[in-house]
Amino acid sequence: MKKIDFFGMRKYWFGFSAVVILLGLIFLVMPGKGLRLGIDFTGGTILDLTFDEPVTVSSVRSTLEPLGLGKSVIQASPDGRAVIIRTSTMSDEMKRDVRQALETRLGSYTVERIEEVQGVISRELTRKAFLALGIAFLGMIVYITLRFEFKFAITAIVALLHDVAVTLGIFSILGVEVESNFVAAILTIVGYSINDTIVVYDRIRENLKVRRKESLADLVNDSINQTLRRSINTSLTTLLAVGAIYVFGGKTTRDFGLALVVGILSGTYSSIFIASPLWVLWKTREEKLRKLAKA
Amino acid sequence: MPTVDQMKLVVPLLVVIALILFYALVYRKLARVSRNRVVLLALIVSIIAGSWYFLFADPIYNHINRGLDLAGGIHVVLEAEDTGENRVNDWNMQKTVDVIRNRVDRLGVAEPVIQREGSRRIIVELPGIKDMDEALEVLGKPAYLEFVDSEGTVWVTGADLKNADIGKIGDSPVVTLSFNAEGTRKFAEATEKNLYKPLAIVLDGEVISAPVVESVITGGEAYIKGYYTVEEAYRLAIMLNSGALPLKLSVVENRSVSATLGEDSIQRSLRAGIIGISAVVLFMVAFYRLPGALADLALSVYVVLLLAVLAGINASLTLPGIAGLILSVGMAVDANVIIFERIREELRTGKTTLSAIDSGFRQAFRTILDANITTLIGAGVLFYFGAGLIRGFAVTLSLGILISMFTAIVVTRILIRTVVNSKLFKNAKILWGV
Repeated sequence: MKKIDFFGMRKYWFGFSAVVILLGLIFLVMPGKGLRLGIDFTGGTILDLTFDEPVTVSSVRSTLEPLGLGKSVIQASPDGRAVIIRTSTMSDEMKRDVRQALETRLGSYTVERIEEVQGVISRELTRKAFLALGIAFLGMIVYITLRFEFKFAITAIVALLHDVAVTLGIFSILGVEVESNFVAAILTIVGYSINDTIVVYDRIRENLKVRRKESLADLVNDSINQTLRRSINTSLTTLLAVGAIYVFGGKTTRDFGLALVVGILSGTYSSIFIASPLWVLWKTREEKLRKLAKA
Repeated sequence: MPTVDQMKLVVPLLVVIALILFYALVYRKLARVSRNRVVLLALIVSIIAGSWYFLFADPIYNHINRGLDLAGGIHVVLEAEDTGENRVNDWNMQKTVDVIRNRVDRLGVAEPVIQREGSRRIIVELPGIKDMDEALEVLGKPAYLEFVDSEGTVWVTGADLKNADIGKIGDSPVVTLSFNAEGTRKFAEATEKNLYKPLAIVLDGEVISAPVVESVITGGEAYIKGYYTVEEAYRLAIMLNSGALPLKLSVVENRSVSATLGEDSIQRSLRAGIIGISAVVLFMVAFYRLPGALADLALSVYVVLLLAVLAGINASLTLPGIAGLILSVGMAVDANVIIFERIREELRTGKTTLSAIDSGFRQAFRTILDANITTLIGAGVLFYFGAGLIRGFAVTLSLGILISMFTAIVVTRILIRTVVNSKLFKNAKILWGV
């Protein structure tokens, strides 16, 4: 197989990532855009109903309007029987009023799903999500420092942050709603990407033992090339699996599958093009400084 | 005809006897190469037969508990607040849990989960509930019953009840009340003092009805009317019998799914799983040929083992859990990919097939270990912080990583070594594309 100069061409890889992340960030902070947070993060109610007789979105809306819920997000299936209502949190009396109004005006229905999340819970989720990510990073830094070295740990974490940023950005651009599943997806992506990065680092570590005299750039290039087939094949098998979740899973797991597809692509990319070149940059710079200090 | 259970006992016994006889009479006398061929055949047949049995004939996933999102049911988190009389403390929380358990039992729910979480929360899970609205109402309503006169004096409360039941007066359903001795005395006094005056029946501060007392009632019996349906009356009877909740409860989280939606989710994720796993299996054969097929055998051992462990530890399979399982299949073959690529490299350096395989496995093991431990750190954190459904995902993912290390390394290695030793393929190097 032809060897690719991963380190030499780093400007292109870094540039590409920067563009993707920047674009995502712009969407993330743009007013009216940004990450669309679901009720798990904002609090609210989702009602998933099946009516005995077909209804229309406007008839559901006009039923809810007198109750002050006219701004709810309402979706109906093509046959008009399955309706999803997304609205703010409601008191018990309010819920009873909604039930009664729907039944008297639109006929009887069965409740397929109720999801209600109050503000307390959603605030806890956001706090826990950041905490979990922080602790996972810390644990990985400690482990990699023990088994490899600190610089490997930090550059690996930079690659992980890259993947988190890319996934957040892509979801902001696509405008896909995120729920608590998304937190699980992000942590899984982090777990996958670190796995990928470690396989490359492991090869660098091994080559370092026997090829001390070579330049770091050559050695790392070789290491990435040696593990390239593995990186690609593993991400292909994993993509086949999560792709199936995305394409064939139900509506609740579809977005989860999408996050994993995006994350695994980004994770594979960052392990090859970001983590190791960054490490070489850091290492060579340190060596230069050491030489300067000696001189 | 023997029964199925008898068959399940007899067939394995016969197999064991046949194996012992085979070992004593045939296997011992075989040359090394032939032995390897016999073992290889036995391994392949038993893995395929076992996978077929545990995944299709009597699938293990039918023996794994299903989470509420698959089985259908109610999952609510209730948060308690102080009331005028009672404060949130350990005693009142325990009492609240008891009342809820009592109500759930009377609703007739099989295998409910009612547990305290933190200092002021209670998690209630009711699988297989049909009428979610009804159950939710029965759970959280305080059901504090009072008989109040026009001056506002409370004469009798729900605590004075012996029993509540449903009945009918004319065509309308009613809730019949019978008081205990103390309650009977109090109720007689109340009706005596308020003769020809209204005596209001108040539930949770809301006047249900205020009938005028027409005679002194000494029998300790009363009824509440004003209900449209028998179900409504029945619900109130359940709540009154279970006693009033000492604390005010509000639903802070509710995730309830109907059984039909759950069934739909199972079908969809099963399909996604079969398609995803088949794709991975085909990929491995297409790319790695014979070793890939052996890795696929190890993969089927992996899936069976993972499901068996999930069933064994009594885990609940949830929708995210299934997603974790499918994902883990993709990641499980990673170890084999690493090993196979390594063996290829070792072969290129001119080693013999067997020594290349041995050093390939040895070199790859360290890589796999380091890579998987870092992933486990992520999954462990997810388990620790995630609640409910996310936790199910973390469990399948973590178990998947651990089990796949065993199957991908140990099982694949046994299979590959046996194939090479069986000398079925003259030029073994071709297998690795070298």
